[in-house]
Amino acid sequence: MKPLGRFLPTPTLSLVLLVVWLLMARSVAPGQLLLGAFLAVGIPLLTRRFWDPLPPVRHPIKLAWFVLVVLYDIVKANLQVSLLILTPRREPHPGFVEYPLEVKEPLTITLLANTITMTPGTVSTNIRLDRSSLLIHVLDMREEQALVQEIRERYERPLKEIFEC
Amino acid sequence: MTFYVIAEGVIAFLLVAGGIFAFTGSLGMLQFKDFFMRLHGPTKGTTLGIGCVLIASMLYFTITQRELHVQELLITLFLFITAPVTGHMLAKTGLHMHLRFLTSTRGSVPEFRDEDVGQSRVARPAKARHPWRSRQRRRRP
Repeated sequence: MKPLGRFLPTPTLSLVLLVVWLLMARSVAPGQLLLGAFLAVGIPLLTRRFWDPLPPVRHPIKLAWFVLVVLYDIVKANLQVSLLILTPRREPHPGFVEYPLEVKEPLTITLLANTITMTPGTVSTNIRLDRSSLLIHVLDMREEQALVQEIRERYERPLKEIFEC
Repeated sequence: MTFYVIAEGVIAFLLVAGGIFAFTGSLGMLQFKDFFMRLHGPTKGTTLGIGCVLIASMLYFTITQRELHVQELLITLFLFITAPVTGHMLAKTGLHMHLRFLTSTRGSVPEFRDEDVGQSRVARPAKARHPWRSRQRRRRP
């Protein structure tokens, strides 16, 4: 969302803070609403200087779809890893893959790295400081190229569309 | 009446499933052979395990107390933010400490360039300006 005047530089963050406050207080009484609104305006103003400017969300619907895909993949990842743990006879083939990054914004790279860690058999391990590539540890690797292709098509492209262009 | 029986069944199923997932995630620590593989268990198995338990908790309290309980969503949110970051930091530390990994591991760890290791090359953020005295300071030169 675009900034709204002087007192709401990041409306999305303010909204999230308000919702979190109401969830924690577990009521929508006027007093809680007022206190929550005060915090939602105050905290971003106080902490604004710590942050880089965040890129705006361009396609909220695609973002929602992306979240659903990732949730589905998390469930799938859990089942796969659990199966792998519970069948000790099957030897997994671990490996390191260097994944060349297409996205360049810090926020998108963070989201991509987090997504990779949460999804099937992969943990993001190291990122080059020049943001050129991400090192991934794979629990059970079959085809290196196929894996890179899958991550690019499934996670990186949507993130790039949502946040960058 | 049947509604409560079904709800009870669903909640019980979720609790048991959550327990099993959390357990296998921890079992992975024992089962796998090197540090990097062990990371996979806690970052994944545990997430779904706790997710199942939280959904069960939401359902149970919503049904028994007849009002919406959603603050468990906050736990999920914090968990989804912190678990991958912790995993990443652990893995990165492992790399920098040159921990041994299985020889059958395919691919190789890249050589670190100087800027990746970051000895005294950490990018320093620009000096913060004082919130209200910044104007005076700018005038001086």
